[in-house]
Amino acid sequence: MITCEESKTICSKNQYKEASWSERFNMYLHVLMCKTCFKFSRKNTKLTGLCNEASLQALSDTEKSELKNKLGQNS
Amino acid sequence: MNQEEKIRTLHQLNPTTWVDQYADYLYNYAISRVNDEELAKDLVQETFFAGLNSAKNFKGTASERTWLVAILKRKVIDHYRKSNSKKGKAEIRMSYNNDGEGSWLEEQIADPLSKSENDGIENEELGMAIHECISKLPSKQAKVFTMKTIHGMSTEDICNELSINPSNLWVLVFRARSSLMGCLNENWFAV
Repeated sequence: MITCEESKTICSKNQYKEASWSERFNMYLHVLMCKTCFKFSRKNTKLTGLCNEASLQALSDTEKSELKNKLGQNS
Repeated sequence: MNQEEKIRTLHQLNPTTWVDQYADYLYNYAISRVNDEELAKDLVQETFFAGLNSAKNFKGTASERTWLVAILKRKVIDHYRKSNSKKGKAEIRMSYNNDGEGSWLEEQIADPLSKSENDGIENEELGMAIHECISKLPSKQAKVFTMKTIHGMSTEDICNELSINPSNLWVLVFRARSSLMGCLNENWFAV
């Protein structure tokens, strides 16, 4: 039996399709019994959907440090 | 106490944190308007420069971010003005197909089945909301979440770069995601 914390972590991992078969099995078993984790799991999936929908863009670290250099902030 | 409140209501500029805190937010704002990554990057850079130059004009009535967005907005408008002045006069073309009486009228009526009209606007708002929430996360969580979700980097690469182990990474991702769920307005989660 896994804890809620573990189940939520696996659920997050599963959002990136990187949870193993046994992890997924344990998580689903837990989610069946735990209402909080069930809600969390649904919301988490929705969050993934939202992130995809928003087509998020971000600057990479190198671009950011370049930007900092240009602004004269070396850190 | 009164003085404390005054200090809190007056915002202060802190340019050293600008890139880390606002770069992604501004970049998204710009990219949704100009639809060009390089240009968006330039505009963000120009915004920071302009912000530094006119920092003494900052009155502290608006938050730092609002102020920077206002500058960026001007930059975007300036960009379009410049690109418009290079063009000739604007052309308006309407095509009338004379294959049937009144057929052109039907073309102009919005398709009632189409739900996609507002999608662009909504997605932009959503993107800004998500970025706002990401900037509130602890820096390590924000970093891991951005690398994983937005840049789509592999777990191995992130672990190497930040020198953490995978289980550490997933815990960070989980914490970031649960704070994001709390931070994002409930409306976004309504089906």
